[in-house]
Amino acid sequence: MKKFGKFMVSAVAATLVVSSLTGCGSKEDETEAPTETSAETDDASVETNEEETTTSGETAEFLIGGTGPLTGPNASYGTSVKQGAEIAIQEINNAGGVTVGDTTYTLALAFEDDEATEDKAIQAYNTLMDQGIQVLMGGTTSGATIAITDLTAEDGILQITPSGSAPECIQYDNAFRICFSDPEQGTAMADYAVDVLGYTKVAVIYDNASDYSAGIAEAFEEEIAAKGGEVVASESFTTGDTDFNTQLTKIKGTDAEVIFIPAYYQDVTYITKQASDMGMELPFIGSDGWDGVLATVSDPATVEGAIFASPFCAAVDDPNVVAFVEAYEAAYSATPDQFAADAYDAIYTIKAAMEQAGSTESEDLIAAMTEITVNGLTGESITFSAEGAPNKEIKYVEIKDGQYQYVEE
Amino acid sequence: MENKKKLLINVVIAIVVYAAVMILLNSGLLNRQMRSLITPICTNVMLAVSLCLIVGFLGELTLGHAGFMSLGAYTGALLSLNLPFPPYVSLFIAIIAGGCVAAVAGAIIGIPVLRLRGDYLAIVTLGFGEIIRSVINALDITGGARGLSGIERLTNYNHFTLVFVLTLIVIVVVSNLINSRHGRAICAIRDNYIAAEACGIPVSRFKIMAFIISAFLAGIAGVVYAHNIGILKPANFDYNTSIEILVMVVLGGMGSIKGSIIAAVILTALPELLRGAADYRMLIYSIVLIAMMLFRNSNFNAALIEKKNLKAMQKLQKEGK
Repeated sequence: MKKFGKFMVSAVAATLVVSSLTGCGSKEDETEAPTETSAETDDASVETNEEETTTSGETAEFLIGGTGPLTGPNASYGTSVKQGAEIAIQEINNAGGVTVGDTTYTLALAFEDDEATEDKAIQAYNTLMDQGIQVLMGGTTSGATIAITDLTAEDGILQITPSGSAPECIQYDNAFRICFSDPEQGTAMADYAVDVLGYTKVAVIYDNASDYSAGIAEAFEEEIAAKGGEVVASESFTTGDTDFNTQLTKIKGTDAEVIFIPAYYQDVTYITKQASDMGMELPFIGSDGWDGVLATVSDPATVEGAIFASPFCAAVDDPNVVAFVEAYEAAYSATPDQFAADAYDAIYTIKAAMEQAGSTESEDLIAAMTEITVNGLTGESITFSAEGAPNKEIKYVEIKDGQYQYVEE
Repeated sequence: MENKKKLLINVVIAIVVYAAVMILLNSGLLNRQMRSLITPICTNVMLAVSLCLIVGFLGELTLGHAGFMSLGAYTGALLSLNLPFPPYVSLFIAIIAGGCVAAVAGAIIGIPVLRLRGDYLAIVTLGFGEIIRSVINALDITGGARGLSGIERLTNYNHFTLVFVLTLIVIVVVSNLINSRHGRAICAIRDNYIAAEACGIPVSRFKIMAFIISAFLAGIAGVVYAHNIGILKPANFDYNTSIEILVMVVLGGMGSIKGSIIAAVILTALPELLRGAADYRMLIYSIVLIAMMLFRNSNFNAALIEKKNLKAMQKLQKEGK
């Protein structure tokens, strides 16, 4: 009893502290939100506010919800998604918003942190629903996305995940995705390796603790076998490993012609550096997680000639991409990655669906999804199947003379 | 007399909490965010109370509680995904089986416990938890890194009664155990290992018993967790999760069941209540944690408790007269 009393006192004090903190927190948020979503468009937002109060009915706000990790080890993914979406929303609002019927909608984004965990994703989604979101752009990571698909299907709300690449992310009719799925990417890379590059003996190094990496590797190996090739070595590591000498030594002992690394650039940096230290001269191929690798390698020669599938590459000379990268760098002093590009496309997809549907009702938006064509950063004329998968061409990027370049067909 | 009064108070508290939550749920007063917090709070209460048995009463530090939880979660999820029975029958079997598998693991970890104490034991349990996670990650039946999905949500807020009853069972099991002869033996081991042994308490037997019971209850919590989230991934059961549970027990005051319960409720709800703080959320959460720990050990708090004790003494004296 003694200890209980002791605790009660501290508990009460703590709740007091907390409630006062949340008090100012939410106030802050309210004032911050509009400036955040329309940073450079103060004038525009003031105008719309005035219009709302005076004329009403002509303009309205359309609230898009987003979820992704803003804290924790995967924070960079969620931050990119949030910022990419904000750039798109700013552009759309600057250009006068989205016109649906007689009403002009300005877009707004409410983004909640899910720490890339499943339980927090559910909390984040429910918090967004409390705020009255009309469309969900999320989640960012596969597990978190799968955890909320049941709920979005129940609510019948349109869900577009920019980067949830597991097949289960779009298992319901209301869910769509922008990125390629893991199996799609693995299969495409295998086809490319065998058909275009002409390799028959491949080695694979993948992260067996990551659903993304393991999913791609599995599909890749299956497709290689189906194409009549041979996987001579399939080596795995665990997220966070920095020493890959064991795996590389094993591969060195085989007659592999190429090494496939479906992983993120941080891992790729270590692997390619250690391979070059060991005197291995095998070429590398990779997945879209490679984007950004040139910024982290100490010597670009270690990744020279590597080819990876990529829906988006910030350093590529394409007018749309250049404009996006400039806007992003101006706003956040960072180079956008594929997550930001996927989110950017997701927002434009929502805009296209609203215009096609002529309504903002979830049912109409979902029905419109299969009828629209979006010209995005991650693909030209993207269309969506009823299953929710995007139909777009996969692009390959080669590292040549220390620069990213699209592989010419 | 005293005990009966205490029991009555506890029963009343349980009924009031249950009724309050039910009324809030059915009247629609709770928003969706709060509604979806109900099961995670109950799960964490179960985990904290079960860990309290080892850390608080047995006095051994363990860092592998998430391992037991994951065994329960995966066993339960696999059973309810594959059993051909109606959902609730499957869930019932899943809960029992989940607890049992975790208990077996508890018995296995209990063996090195006989030889180790303190920091050394903590490291062993840490390693054990990571082994469980790695094995789950490597197996095909558990879906590897991609995990298990499509688990029916049988323990979400719609099934609050079930979750609440399970939570109560866990609390009652631990508190009854502590008030029993076995529980006093467990506390004696914590207070003075040598003296307890000298008094003829079979130290190793009670240590293993505490580990098995704690693991069983954590396994049940794992099953509830799995059927609330609907998807399991090995990455969610790393040592960070174990430490989160440990923080609840430490904050609640080692060896206080009520403290553990309250700490679990606060620490689960706190990050959600702080969502308004946006980018500063985790920073504020950490600061609040530090502040709570400091307050617990402050002179001011000590003075408050002394005052309270003094009053109780005076009351006793009066009654004596």
